[in-house]
Amino acid sequence: MGNEFIKLFELIISASLINNFVFTRFLGLCIFFGVSKKMETAVGMSITFTAVMIISAAMSWIVFSFIMVPLEITFLKIIVFIGVVAGLVQASDTIMKKVSPGLYYKLGIYLALISTNCIILAVPLINVGEKYTFTQSLAFGFGSGLGFALALVIMASIREKLELADVPAVFKGLPMAFISAGLIALAFTGFSGLIKL
Amino acid sequence: MFSPIINLKFWKSALFLFIFFALLLLSSSAVFAGVGGGVEAKEHVELIPIVKFSLIFLAGIGIVFGFALAFAAKKFAVKTDPRVEQVMDVLAHAHCGACGYAGCEQYAEAVVNKPEVPSNLCTPGGSRTAEAVARITGKAAAAVEPNFARIMCQGGWSRSVKRFKYEGVQDCRAAILAGGGDKACKYGCLGYGTCSRVCPFGAITMSADHLPVVDIVKCTGCRKCEAACPTKVIEVLPASRQVLVTCHSKDKGGDTRKNCQVGCIACGKCVKICPFDAPSLNNNLSRIDLNKCKVCSLCVAPCPTNAITDFIPHRSKAFVMDNCIGCHTCAKVCPVNAPSGEQKKKHIIDKDTCIGCGICTAKCPVQAIDGTFNAQEVFAAAAAKKAKRAEAA
Repeated sequence: MGNEFIKLFELIISASLINNFVFTRFLGLCIFFGVSKKMETAVGMSITFTAVMIISAAMSWIVFSFIMVPLEITFLKIIVFIGVVAGLVQASDTIMKKVSPGLYYKLGIYLALISTNCIILAVPLINVGEKYTFTQSLAFGFGSGLGFALALVIMASIREKLELADVPAVFKGLPMAFISAGLIALAFTGFSGLIKL
Repeated sequence: MFSPIINLKFWKSALFLFIFFALLLLSSSAVFAGVGGGVEAKEHVELIPIVKFSLIFLAGIGIVFGFALAFAAKKFAVKTDPRVEQVMDVLAHAHCGACGYAGCEQYAEAVVNKPEVPSNLCTPGGSRTAEAVARITGKAAAAVEPNFARIMCQGGWSRSVKRFKYEGVQDCRAAILAGGGDKACKYGCLGYGTCSRVCPFGAITMSADHLPVVDIVKCTGCRKCEAACPTKVIEVLPASRQVLVTCHSKDKGGDTRKNCQVGCIACGKCVKICPFDAPSLNNNLSRIDLNKCKVCSLCVAPCPTNAITDFIPHRSKAFVMDNCIGCHTCAKVCPVNAPSGEQKKKHIIDKDTCIGCGICTAKCPVQAIDGTFNAQEVFAAAAAKKAKRAEAA
């Protein structure tokens, strides 16, 4: 039992820090640069993202191991996962609008952006590729969400400072953001020696 | 319904698509069948069951999700008033918050659902939006006078004195942290252009002398600049109030003069000359009471420091029309004695002396004076009064 917990903890650490989706796998960059301009949107996006990631990891794991593996049609996983995630996001959008309108006004706009995101698709794919168990999939989804949130918050705080900084005209805006992201990615390679899976 | 050619084309393309997808499915299943997390590759693959299961599974998952989404849409349907959407369409969509709500959507909801919310709160949209919203919601359309941002300082960098050289972030909000800003006058415009950057409509530009210039064609009076300005030197005022003391300095007259060439030194000349008692002195600063001011611009010329600004770019001169009854009222009210003429005969207004203040236009009992900035307004008001009287009778 203790071993299991250590494994889960390691999974979360590895997904959030060592194999951070943005800085080492270079996924989800469009959203990363799109919403990291302001801290407020970055935090809203992170929360929505983590929640959708965990739920979609669970859903796709159930569909995969209880239906697709017995039928031996696992080659369809990409198409099916896209469908599962899109359906899930659409459903949660509808339900959230009714159940808590306040939350919907705060986070609703991010939901539509998430449905076709590459990290959301990558998490279920990696889950089945690495043959994670159900709890491990959940942990991996949570860790990835945490990692993405970390990346977004770091970037947003840097970009808010960059707004005021005296940046040379050619580097203003996105170029400077890309350079900063590259430097953070370099810093994140420092985590690679943290644990060995 | 369809012509046979289109029909043929349609079936051809449908057949082609079907064959394409069938081939894709077959080839992919032959190569990758079953491979992937949890299932190892096999030497021999049965094609038929794989294709069968794939089709059944995809169709099944499609049906399940379709029903689930349809159920969710039905069960969790939020009833929205269609008028909210209509109101949303006519609002300005600047999300400026001038209406007092978080965004356009919130205002649209409030104005539809709450009877006490007036229909004219969308400042950027102006009177046209107010009318449209009133029409949709069935509320009385109240006239909305546009507001413009007015910069209450004329002391650009060449006409004012600085206490020190500021070399920090080029933003007023940062500059004021350095001991209240680099200007000797702590009431004036710092000139680092924060207002021009926060303006969502691009209505504020910085002049060469580091003073903001408001383009009143673009300005909607949303008050974003007023909120952002750290020295509170921007005031959002009704558009018709076009004569203003553009200075906020509460320093003593001598100190103001030392700091800036165009500051109000509270000499009181404007108070003396004004026929309507609009300006008053308070805290070493003259301020024009906007309710009393008739925008005549009499006070502009005598001001020794040119601290009073007339925002009417060109004042047209008054002239007398043929329906003049020769009552001499204009000659009595004119501050510069421009009208002349005999009793009961048509008067003449001397073009060279007239300053275009519009007082005679407003006072004429038969609306016989035209040409001043307020003529149309005065005529419209008189016509409305006439119509009302006719209705009462």
